[in-house]
Amino acid sequence: MSAALVPLAPLLLVAATAGLLIVLDLLPPREGKGHLGVVALAGVVAALAGALTLWGREGRAFGGMLLLDNFAVFLDVVICYAAALVLLLSMDYLRRNGMESGEYYILVLLATLGMMLMAQAADLIVIFLALELMSLSLYVLAGLFRGRLTSAESSMKYFLLGAFATGFFVYGIALIYGATGTTALDRIAAASGGLQRDPLLLIGFGLLLVGFGFKISSVPFHMWVPDVYEGAPTSVTALIATGSKAAGFAALLRVLFSTFKVAQPDWALLLWVVAVLTMTLGNVIAIAQSNLKRMLAYSSIAHVGYMLVGVVAGGALGAGGVLFYLLMYTFTTVGAFGAILLLERGRQEAVELDDYAGLAARHPLLALTLALFLLSLVGMPPTAGFAGKFYVFGAAIRSGYIWLAVIAVLNSAVAAYYYLRVVVYMYMREAEGVPTRPAPSFAGRLALGVALWGVFQLGLMPAPVLDLAQAAVAPLLR
Amino acid sequence: MTGPLLSAVTFLPALGALLLALFPRGRAALVRWFAFLVAAAAFAVSLLLYVGFDAARADYQFEERLSWMPSFGISYHLGIDGISLLLVLLTTFLSPLALLSSWRAVEDRVKEFSMSMLLLETGILGVFVSLDLFLFYIFWEAMLIPMYLIIGVWGGPARIYAAIKFILYTLTGSVLMLVGILALYFQHGAATGTYTFDLPILARYVAPGGSQVWLFLAFALAFAIKVPMFPFHTWLPDAHVEAPTAGSVILAGVLLKMGTYGFLRFCLPLFPQASLTFVPWIFLLSLVGIVYGAWVSMVQPDLKKLVAYSSVSHLGFVVLGLFTLTPQGIVGGIIQMVNHGLSTGALFLLVGILYERRHTRLIAEFGGLWKAIPAFSVLFMIISLSSLGLPGLNGFVGEFLILVGAFAWASGLPAAGPLAYLVPVLATSGVIFAAVYLLWMYQRVCFGEITNEANRGLPDLTGREWAVLVPVLIFIVWIGVYPRPFTGMTEASVQALIAQVQAKAGIH
Repeated sequence: MSAALVPLAPLLLVAATAGLLIVLDLLPPREGKGHLGVVALAGVVAALAGALTLWGREGRAFGGMLLLDNFAVFLDVVICYAAALVLLLSMDYLRRNGMESGEYYILVLLATLGMMLMAQAADLIVIFLALELMSLSLYVLAGLFRGRLTSAESSMKYFLLGAFATGFFVYGIALIYGATGTTALDRIAAASGGLQRDPLLLIGFGLLLVGFGFKISSVPFHMWVPDVYEGAPTSVTALIATGSKAAGFAALLRVLFSTFKVAQPDWALLLWVVAVLTMTLGNVIAIAQSNLKRMLAYSSIAHVGYMLVGVVAGGALGAGGVLFYLLMYTFTTVGAFGAILLLERGRQEAVELDDYAGLAARHPLLALTLALFLLSLVGMPPTAGFAGKFYVFGAAIRSGYIWLAVIAVLNSAVAAYYYLRVVVYMYMREAEGVPTRPAPSFAGRLALGVALWGVFQLGLMPAPVLDLAQAAVAPLLR
Repeated sequence: MTGPLLSAVTFLPALGALLLALFPRGRAALVRWFAFLVAAAAFAVSLLLYVGFDAARADYQFEERLSWMPSFGISYHLGIDGISLLLVLLTTFLSPLALLSSWRAVEDRVKEFSMSMLLLETGILGVFVSLDLFLFYIFWEAMLIPMYLIIGVWGGPARIYAAIKFILYTLTGSVLMLVGILALYFQHGAATGTYTFDLPILARYVAPGGSQVWLFLAFALAFAIKVPMFPFHTWLPDAHVEAPTAGSVILAGVLLKMGTYGFLRFCLPLFPQASLTFVPWIFLLSLVGIVYGAWVSMVQPDLKKLVAYSSVSHLGFVVLGLFTLTPQGIVGGIIQMVNHGLSTGALFLLVGILYERRHTRLIAEFGGLWKAIPAFSVLFMIISLSSLGLPGLNGFVGEFLILVGAFAWASGLPAAGPLAYLVPVLATSGVIFAAVYLLWMYQRVCFGEITNEANRGLPDLTGREWAVLVPVLIFIVWIGVYPRPFTGMTEASVQALIAQVQAKAGIH
């Protein structure tokens, strides 16, 4: 490999694996594509390891369109973790639902590639390309269970609204190009005279935020989330909730902190309002949900609100806290969706609250695992969720946003209600009807084990990872 | 004393819980014995603390400090003074008894129950021994989950409602405290250049007036909910009534003390001016709690609810004593925390014993128990009397010291005139009301003829029940007759605390 391509090693590994899978998919056997999942997993793990070895390096490629810095490495790691866990969960899940196919693994890898590309993009055009690569793959994946109406609805809704948001995004890029004559992230700042003096730039920036708001699902661009999360195959939902969110935040943080640094007071004020609305709306509506996937969908909206608190707070602790939060959120959320995905009642996936009644009596270990993920989402110490909230809320207090922190912690108290309701069903109610039972999947259990390890590793020893996260945002903040 | 004794006491129960997880299902007797022995071992180790403790010293003893997250100034810092020692001993003393009391009451999922109880003990002990605010907060929050499960899984008919109410109330208070902790941390860091969560270091810092009030309120709300002070008390009767006996014993015995302990350990030394500013309000709420709790107790038809509301009243006394900021008041408050743990814990045990026999707790269902189960009735009598503050039993010592403290406080306020004496006078009325509701309850349950045939031929106390109650009884009499060893343990620390508060608040 030539030296110029070294910064792209993780991307290339994923891309090469995707290519390999396309070839392998054509070869026999026609049925049973489980081995493709193993290959895909190997590729993602290799990319993860490759990204880790690149820590501390800086570099650019393709005429400066792509870059590598610690920020990109950190997010590559987050995304690879998400993808690897999702792949582990998928293998058996697809077989059980009779939907095992080579395309699935290829599309997951392409979506992952798009996400990583967003983390490494140094140019608005590349961000756009990456966004499309990721989104188009996910649109198809959401509709994978084509026999199910909800899955088709999910895919359609995601596609229509996503395409709409992308339109805003491209228009924003065009206006910014018109105002500054460049799309390179580091040159926009120099070429512009500030947001106030250039309405074209201001509108362009606003449209970019709309596009990002859609991808990270912040209010008021969150409408698609519940239906898409509910209808999509659960493994895909987990990937949308974690990987695509991490990718969205990756590009958003880069644009906000490096490109539009001078406008920080302005966007911080805007995002203050967005953060409050996002977490409050997510939490309040989540209370009313009886479907676990919908509940987690609204909860994921609320968590975006918490992450935006870190963005508003800014600084190494705030931005680094967001990265830490993304990592912990990936472990926790993939774990929670993973536990749901493993459970079935009859031939159906167990997604209603009633399906969880009395689970702790019959399957104590799985119930405990799901309970621990939920407690991490609540933010109970000593789980990772507590450490994540501690850092982003701490950053807000340090920057003087006391009220924002107060609203955020009260929101987490509200959220405890609906997360613990699942615990109530599992531990405090008796089961009725056909019993819910976990599918005998080794890969799925392995994924849950890894996620649980992450939840406690980050919960008990958060400082080393936070130090890395703070080092990762350093290139943005200088 | 060598070795990390505090860590050993704190984590021994958690270790036991982890080992319990490996036990096979269905071996209930084995699980019960093991859990009891672990808790008893923790008590034995905690006695070493008592032996090695130097009551003449006011500073923290048995300190342990390990670097945990140095970049944030977070360390694993444990230590106890005379105030926490008593509460640690109370916790380790009551936990094995609570476990022992549940041997017949809890039949379902014994292993999980025992694990929850042991984890709960670790959480509570951690709160009492932490000297790092971050560590303290972790224990403070982590202890909610086992208690939530104990109420919600092994509780009565409305257990789910009670469990959720319990956790939402306490969580709301504690997350605001988290904001307070972080705000204090950054403020202290900005002012002194040292970013730390270490309590002894933070206690030397005087926060500026305006922010001190807010910080005080953030901490005080969490503690007021936990105590619980009027008007944040409504979770308590629900939690108590629904919780299984062992849960009620721990809840009343030690968990509520986390609130009063928090006032003493954090609010007073960290925010002395603000604490003084809010004394009138705290007194007002305490007095309302004392009187209101007593009145509401009087009319309860359910024994457990009666005892629960009496807790609101008794803990009003404790908070009142602490905020007099006089040596008698604070020592009395601490002793009263222990007394309340013993007496109310024992009352819950007795109610539990009745409930196991009759499956009801309604006062109207009983009557004439003196004839049916005399031994039970004698113990019930002694413990009721201890709870209402009969001289010679423990309750009197605490209430007397608190009232002395309140009078001393009032006489130290010549500007307020005779109005200040209203505080001790109203508080004293609480003692009278306590006599009313407890004696009236006792009369209806134990005296008279046996009106309900179901009560005839009830079995009296079993050997196990004696084993649970006698240790409590020994301390009830001991503290009542000779409180010196207990008050003596805390006096040096209390004097130091008062001196610290006055120095920081600029009073001489």
